[in-house]
Amino acid sequence: MSEWIKVVELNQIPVLGARVVRTEAMDIALFRGSDDRVFAVRDACPHKNGPLSQGIMHGHSVTCPLHNWKIDLTSGEALGPDEGCTNVFPVRVEEGMVLLQLTTNVAAA
Amino acid sequence: MPVNGKSLVFDFIDKKVAVSPSARVLLQILNIFGAHLKYGVGIQGLAWMKRKLVLVGNGMAGVRTLEELLKLEEADVYEISVFGSEPHPNYNRIMLSPVLAGEKTIDDIVLNSRDWYRENGITLYSGESVVEIDRVRREVRTESGIRTSYDRLLIATGSTPFIIPVPGSDLEGVIGFRDIADVETMLDAAHHHTKAVVIGGGLLGLEAANGLMKRGMEVTVVHLMDRLMERQLDDPAAAMLKQSLQAAGMKFLMEAQTTEILGDERVTGVKFADGTRIDAGLVVMAVGIRPNIALAQQAGIYCERGILVNDTMQTFDPSIYAVGECVQHRNTCYGLVAPLFEQARVCANHLAQLGYGRYEGSVTSTKLKVTGIDLFSAGEFNQSDGDETLVLQDAAHGLYRKLVIRDNRIKGAVMYGDTMDGSWYFQLLRDATDISAFRKTLLFGQHELGDAGHGDARILSLPDSAEVCGCNGVCKGEVVDAIVKKGLFTLEEVRAHTKASSSCGSCTGLVEVLLASTVGEGYAATPSKKALCTCTEHSHDEVIDAIRKHRLQSMDAVRSMLAWKTPDGCASCRPALNYYLLAAWPGEYRDDAQSRFINERAHGNIQKDGSYSVVPRMFGGLCTPDELRAIADVADKFKVPEIKVTGGQRIDMFGVKKEDLPAMWRDLNAAGLVSGHAYGKAMRTCKTCVGSEWCRFGTQDSTGLGVKLEQLTWGSWMPHKFKLAVSGCPRNCAEATIKDFGVVCVDSGYELHVGGNGGIKVRVTDLLTKVASEQEVLEYCAAFIQLYREEAHYLERTAPWLERVGLNHIKQRLLEDEAGRRALVERFRTSQHFAQIDPWRERAEGLEANEFTPIRLAQFSKVSVGA
Ligand code: SRM
Ligand SMILES: Cc1cc2nc3c(=O)[nH]c(=O)nc-3n(C[C@H](O)[C@H](O)[C@H](O)COP(=O)(O)OP(=O)(O)OC[C@H]3O[C@@H](n4cnc5c(N)ncnc54)[C@H](O)[C@@H]3O)c2cc1C
Ligand code: SF4
Ligand code: FES
Repeated sequence: MSEWIKVVELNQIPVLGARVVRTEAMDIALFRGSDDRVFAVRDACPHKNGPLSQGIMHGHSVTCPLHNWKIDLTSGEALGPDEGCTNVFPVRVEEGMVLLQLTTNVAAA
Repeated sequence: MPVNGKSLVFDFIDKKVAVSPSARVLLQILNIFGAHLKYGVGIQGLAWMKRKLVLVGNGMAGVRTLEELLKLEEADVYEISVFGSEPHPNYNRIMLSPVLAGEKTIDDIVLNSRDWYRENGITLYSGESVVEIDRVRREVRTESGIRTSYDRLLIATGSTPFIIPVPGSDLEGVIGFRDIADVETMLDAAHHHTKAVVIGGGLLGLEAANGLMKRGMEVTVVHLMDRLMERQLDDPAAAMLKQSLQAAGMKFLMEAQTTEILGDERVTGVKFADGTRIDAGLVVMAVGIRPNIALAQQAGIYCERGILVNDTMQTFDPSIYAVGECVQHRNTCYGLVAPLFEQARVCANHLAQLGYGRYEGSVTSTKLKVTGIDLFSAGEFNQSDGDETLVLQDAAHGLYRKLVIRDNRIKGAVMYGDTMDGSWYFQLLRDATDISAFRKTLLFGQHELGDAGHGDARILSLPDSAEVCGCNGVCKGEVVDAIVKKGLFTLEEVRAHTKASSSCGSCTGLVEVLLASTVGEGYAATPSKKALCTCTEHSHDEVIDAIRKHRLQSMDAVRSMLAWKTPDGCASCRPALNYYLLAAWPGEYRDDAQSRFINERAHGNIQKDGSYSVVPRMFGGLCTPDELRAIADVADKFKVPEIKVTGGQRIDMFGVKKEDLPAMWRDLNAAGLVSGHAYGKAMRTCKTCVGSEWCRFGTQDSTGLGVKLEQLTWGSWMPHKFKLAVSGCPRNCAEATIKDFGVVCVDSGYELHVGGNGGIKVRVTDLLTKVASEQEVLEYCAAFIQLYREEAHYLERTAPWLERVGLNHIKQRLLEDEAGRRALVERFRTSQHFAQIDPWRERAEGLEANEFTPIRLAQFSKVSVGA
C-alpha cells in the first residue's frame, strides 16, 4: 500500500479549473468540479500530449486546449469518437486538504 | 452452374457458340432482331464487341446518367464517348451562383475531373459541339468534323437562356446566366463597370444580382411582375424577400417592361416602355430558359417544347434516349436538378438493359441560394376554390409560412425565415398524408407533434425514408447508415459517401443535425448552427436578449433561466456566456478566468509544446529604442528561444515557460509595454503605413491616427478577434481594406471601411462612409465596434456578421441615427474604462498567481511510469 500525500488546500484550486502538480517524473493535473470533487490525471492528453490542465473543464470532463479532445476525468479516457486514455490517480479531500496517492495506480498503468 | 450475371452470360454464349460458327455473327443477327444481349460483359476476348454509347451534352443530367450506369455491372457492354460544347469537364452548374458571389471557386465546383473520365475509360471531347445526328448511319458529327458512330445515343443538351428579342439585345455585355463563360463575363464586367441591370426577378435573376452586388456592382433588378419569384412565392413572402434584398443594397424596378437595350457596340443602358432609361455596363437576362432542342429537331426526333420521351426516357427513335432540361416528359419540362437526377437513374437502368424502373414525373421544391436568406417553396401555393390556407406571420422576426390544404392534404407550402420544417412539409405533400390528426399544430412545425420539443428533434423524428437531400434524392436512413457504418465525422465525408448536400447545399443544415445527433459530441459543429451549443436549444440571439431583458448577471443565472441541459456548460458555451455577460455588464460582471480559453487565461498563445508566446503591444507599429532594448533584455534574461516580427507589425517571443510569464511581464511593464492581446478574441493590432510624415504620396498622418485608434480600442474584448489599419493613401500599404475596421486616407479626408478580413476566406471591406476629421474617425470606429460587440454572435468575425445583418443595417445604425451612434460611443467608452487595465500589470502584481505557479512535491520524484 502506498501513502496518501498532502498536496494543496482545496481552495487553492479554482472551481471548474485546475492546478499543475510538478514532479520529476511527470506533471499531474488536479481538477476541481463545481461540486468540489477533485480529480487527478496525468497532465498529458492521449492525443498529442496536450497539457490538459490548461483546458476548459465542464461537468467531470475537460476539453484539451490543443485540438479539443474531451477527456473523462473519472476514467482518464477520451470521450466520443476519439480513443485513448491518460493515467488517473486516486485522490481525496480531507478537512480542506487534497490528498493524492501514487505508486499503486501508476505501477498498474 | 451460373451463379451470377457474368457466368450466366458465359453460359449463354457457350451454348450459342455450340450451334453457331461465330458468336459474333450470331450476336449481331440477334441484335438486329432486337434481342437484349448482355454480351461483352467482363469477357476480355470479346472487348471488340462492345457497343458504342455516345452522350451529347457534358452537363449535370447526362454525366449523372453515366455515373448511374457505371454503378451497374451491365455498364461493361459500352464503350462511352462524351461530347460537350463547353471546354470544361462536368461541373455543378447550380454552384455558379456562389462562384459569382465569390464564395466558391471554379475548381471547387468541378464534379468529375478529367481523371474520372480517364479512369472509367470514357473518351471526352470537350469544347466540341455536335452539329448533326445522322440517324440512318447512326453517327454524330461535330463542328470540327469529328464523326463517331453509336449504338445508343443519349441527348442531354440542357437548355439555353431566353434572350428577349428587343433592339440591342445582341450588344456586347448583354448575356444570360447559364455557364462558366457567363460568370467570367460578369466578373470581367464587375472590374470595368460599376452598374449592372438584371432583367428577371426569379431565382436565377436574384442569384445573379446578389453575386454581382457582392462583386461591388450597383445592381438594379428589373421585373415584369409586381412580385418577385412569382412562380414560387406568394405576396407576403415575396415582399419579405424584397425587403431583405433591399436592405442588403439591391435596387428594384417592378412592373417594368424592357423595350430596348441602349449602346453602340457595348451596352450603356436599358430603356423601358414608359420611356425611362437607366445606365448599365452589363445586362443579365434571366427571364427564363428554353429546352435546347435544335439538334434533336434537325435530326427529325419528335419535339414539342422539349424532346418528347416516354417513362423509360426513350425518344421516338428507340436507340436514342434523352434526359435533363432538354426533355419534355408527360407534358412537363423541368428546370431543377432533383427531377433530372431521377430521370438519370431510370435512363441508366434502361441503357443497361435491365428493363425495370419508370420515371413518372416529379414534384419539385425550391430554395434560394443567397447567403443569409432562408426561403422554401413547394407545390401549389396559390389558393383556389375549395382550398384552405394556414398562415403564420411574424414580421418583426422575419418569419412567414403558409400552407395550402385541400381535402386534409398539403398541396403547397411557402416559407420564409425559418425553413427547417420545409422537408417535413414536402414529405407530407408528396406522400399525400392526411393531416387532420395534427392539423392544429401543423403550422408550428414537426417538433410540436411529439413531446421531444427541441429544434433538432424535427429532423430526428422524421422516418428513415424521409428525403433529406432533394437534389440527389438521399433519404435520412441512408445518411445515418453511412455515418454509422463508415465512421463519418464531417460534412465533407458525408458528401463524399452519400452525395447528400453536395449539389445546391441547401440541406447542409439538416445533414449537420444528423451528423451531430449520430456521432454526438465528436462532431465539431460549424458556427452557423442555430443553437448556441449542444447544452441548449437557444440561439445566440436568444441568449443575448435574455441576458439584457432579464438582467442576468451570472452564468448560472443564464443557464437556469434558459434551462441548460448541462450543469456547468461545455467548452463552447462557457467562453460565449462569459463574453456576453462581460459585454452586457461592464464593471458589474466579474470575468470568469476558468471560462476562458487558456490563451486568454494565461494572456499568451499556447504553443504545441505547451509553452507560450509573448507579444507586447506596439501602438500603430511605432516603437522606441528603449522599448526594443527592453524586449532584447527580457529575451536574454528568460532565454527566449526565438524572436520574430509578426504580420501584425510587432515582435513575438516564442517558447516561453508558463511560470516565467509574470516575471517577464513585470520587466516589460517597467519599460512601459503592455499586452498585445495577440492571443485573444479581442482588439488585436492597428497596422499603419508611414503616411504624410515621410511618404511622398501620403495624404494624412496615418501613423499618428493609427496610434490614436489603438489607444482608443486596445483592451476591448470582442466576439472574435478585431483588427484595424490605417493607410495614408489609396495605395493602401497597410492593407486597410481587409481589416475589420480600416481607414484609407484621401486628400479630402478619411474613407472608413468595415467588415474585411484576411485568413482562410479573404473578404474585402465594404465602404461605410467618408468623414473629414480624425475626431470623426475615432467616433465612428468606437460606434462600429460597440455595435459589433453588442450584436454579433460569439466567434463571429465582423465579415460574417456584416453579411448576416446587412451593410444597410449597419449604415442605418451608424449614419442615419446620430443619437444612437453617440449612445454606442458612450457605451464603448464605459466598457473601455474597465477593460483598459493591462492584464500583465495585474498579474505581475500577483493576480491569479495560482494560474502560473505549479505545485512542486519532492516525494513525487520516486514515481516512475512506463516499463
Ligand atoms: C504571430 C502571427 C504570425 C506571424 O508570425 O506573423 C500569427 C499567428 C497565429 N495566427 Fe494569425 N498571426 C498573425 C497575423 C495574422 C494576420 C496578418 C494581420 O493581422 O495583418 C492574419 C490575416 C488578417 C486577418 O486576421 O484577417 C492572420 C490570420 C489568422 C487567422 C484567420 C482569421 C480569419 O478570420 O479567417 C487565424 C485563425 C483564427 O483566428 O481562427 C489565425 C490564427 C493564428 C494563431 C493564433 C493560431 C493559433 O490559434 O494558435 C497563430 C498563433 C501562433 C502562435 O503560436 O503564437 N491567424 N494572422 C501574427 C501575429 C500578428 C500580431 O502581431 O498579433
Ligand atoms: C446559375 C444557376 C443556378 C441554378 N440553381 C439551381 C438550384 O439551386 N437548384 C436546382 O435544382 N437547379 C438549379 N439550376 C438548374 C440546374 O443547373 C439545371 O437544371 C441542370 O444543370 C440541368 O442539367 P442538364 O444536364 O439538363 O443541362 P446542363 O447542365 O446545362 O448540361 C447541358 C450541357 O450540354 C452542352 N451542350 C448543349 N448542346 C450541345 C451540343 N450540340 N453538343 C455538345 N454539347 C452540347 C451544354 O454546353 C451543357 O454543358 C441552376 C442553374 C443555373 C444556371
Ligand atoms: S499561418 Fe498557420 S502556421 Fe502560420 S502562424 Fe498562422 S496559424 Fe500558425
Ligand atoms: S493534444 Fe489534446 S487534443 Fe490534441
